[in-house]
Amino acid sequence: MFLGMSEAMLERLWQATLDTLVMVAVSGVISILLGLLLGVALYVTRPGRFLARPLLHGLLGIIVNVGRSIPFIILMVAIVPFTRLLVGSSIGINAAIVPLTVAAIPFVARLVEGSLNEVSPGLIEAAQSMGATAPQIILKVLLPEARGGLITAATITLITLIGYSAMAGAVGAGGLGAIGINYGYNRYDSAVMISTVTIMVVLVQLIQMIGDYLVRKAQHK
Amino acid sequence: MITLENIVKTYGSGERAVTALDGIDLHVAAGTISGVIGLSGAGKSTLIRCVNLLERPTSGRVEVDGVELTSLDTAGLRAARHQIGMIFQHFNLLDSRTVYANVALPLELMKMDKAQIRERVLPLLELTGLASMAERHPAQLSGGQKQRVAIARALASRPKVLLCDEATSALDPHTTTSILALLKEINQKLGLTILLITHEMEVVKTICDQVSLIEGGKLVETAEVGRFFTAPASRAARAFINDYLELEIPPELLARMGESSDGRTHPVVRLTFGTESVDRPLISHLSRRFDIDISILQARVEAIQSHTLGLMIAELIGDPETTAEVIAYMQSIDLDVEVIGHVPGNE
Repeated sequence: MFLGMSEAMLERLWQATLDTLVMVAVSGVISILLGLLLGVALYVTRPGRFLARPLLHGLLGIIVNVGRSIPFIILMVAIVPFTRLLVGSSIGINAAIVPLTVAAIPFVARLVEGSLNEVSPGLIEAAQSMGATAPQIILKVLLPEARGGLITAATITLITLIGYSAMAGAVGAGGLGAIGINYGYNRYDSAVMISTVTIMVVLVQLIQMIGDYLVRKAQHK
Repeated sequence: MITLENIVKTYGSGERAVTALDGIDLHVAAGTISGVIGLSGAGKSTLIRCVNLLERPTSGRVEVDGVELTSLDTAGLRAARHQIGMIFQHFNLLDSRTVYANVALPLELMKMDKAQIRERVLPLLELTGLASMAERHPAQLSGGQKQRVAIARALASRPKVLLCDEATSALDPHTTTSILALLKEINQKLGLTILLITHEMEVVKTICDQVSLIEGGKLVETAEVGRFFTAPASRAARAFINDYLELEIPPELLARMGESSDGRTHPVVRLTFGTESVDRPLISHLSRRFDIDISILQARVEAIQSHTLGLMIAELIGDPETTAEVIAYMQSIDLDVEVIGHVPGNE
C-alpha cells in the first residue's frame, strides 16, 4: 500500500509517525508519573486506609472525575490559554502534549487506584505490624505488589494516548492523525488513509505486546 | 510480658455502636504460650490486633514487655512493634518477593545493611526448614511452607512476643501439627512469648500453657490448659469442651432414654475423670464394692500435654438404692458425675 506513493508523502508519513511517538511518549511519561502520584494519594487517603483523609480524598475524587468527564476534544480547546502559557503556542507537537497530558493524568490516577485496590489489605496490615512507615508501605509493599496491574495501566494509557494524539492531529497538532485528516480524508487519498491507520494499528500492537511481556515478567503467580 | 487492662473496643457511635471487646483483662507471662479460643465473631481478631495496636482500643491499657503501648507516639509505637512479631491466617506474604526477600523485609524497614540482613535471615530459614527454598516465590510454596516463611519473617526483628492470628486455620491437620511443633520449638529455643487466637481446640490442647475463652467480647474463663479441660469453671467452657470431645450417646440408647426414673429404670451417667482418677481401675472396683453391673457405652481418654482426661458414658445396672449409693460415692472421689437420663432395664 505504500507503493505508488510519492517520495514526499512517504517522507511526510515517516515524520508524522515520529511526531506521534514523541507526543505519546512525552505525554505518557509525564502523565504516568503524575497520575501515579495522584492515584496513590487517592488510595491512601480513602477512609479506613493508613493515611485516611476523607476530605482530601473527596476533593481529589471530584477533580479526577471532572477531568475524566470532559471530552478530550473540548478539553483541548478549553485549555488553550494554559497551553499557550506553558509552551508559547497552541499548535504543533509541543502544544498537543499539554492537553494530552492533562487528559491522561486523571485517567492514569483511576487506573492506578484500581490496581492498588487489588493488593490484599492483609499485606498492609502485615507491614504495619512490622513497624513500617507510610512511605515504606507505599514503596516496599503497595507498588511492588501492584506491579502487574500498574504495567497494564501504563499500557492502556499509552494506547489511549495514541488515539487521543490522532484527535489532536485534527486540530493542528501534527502527527499521524493530521496526515490522515489532511491527505486521506480531505483529499480522498485512500492509500494515505489506510497507511496511517495501519501504522497506528502496528504501534498499538507493539505497545500491547511489550506491556503483556512486562506483566508476565513482573508476576510470580 | 503482655498485659491487657480493661480493654474496650467499640465500632461506630451513638445508638449504632457495636461493642467488640467489653472489658478484657489478660496477662501472659514471659516465655509462655497463651491461647484465646472462641467462636467466630466473639472478638478474637479484634483482641489480638489490640495487642500491637493495629486496632486502637477505645479505652484500656496495653502493655508489652513493660512498655505501655497505648501511651506511645507514632514513632515510639513503630519501634515497639519491632518487638512484637505477628503471623496471620492467610500468611500475608509479598508475592513479588522471594522467600529470602520476604524474611528480609522487616529488617529492610529497620534500615539494616545487606550483610547484616543476610546474617539474620539465613539462620531463620534454617530454623524454619526453608534453607533450600530461599529463592522461590510464595506462589510456588504449599500453605505450610508459606506459614513457615511468615514465621521466619515475624522472627527476623528478634521480637520478644509473637502474635498468631488463626495461624493454622487455613492448613490441613497434618500441616497444622508441624506448624504447632515449630511454634513450640521457637517458644522453647528462643524463650519467645506467644499469644494466639484460634477456634480450634486442638491448637490450644497441643501447645498452650494458658487458655482464655472469649464470648461476646468478654473473657469468660482464663485457666491453665489442663485445668481448663478437666475442671472448667464456667458453663460456656464446659459446653465448648463437650462440643470438642463429641462424646455422643449411642442413638439406640438415646431412643430408649427417659428423663424420669422409677424402680425398673437404670441411670445413664457421664463420668469425667481427672488426671488423678483416670488410671484407677474404677469400674471393677465399684462393681465389687457395691455389687452392681456397669455397662460402658462410650469412653474416651484425651491426653492434654501432661494431663489426662477421661470421659465415659455408662449405664449403672442395679436397684435404685444401690445406684444412688454408687453415684454418691463417685461424687466423693475425684470424679465429675452427671446423670444424663434413665433407661428401662431389659427384664
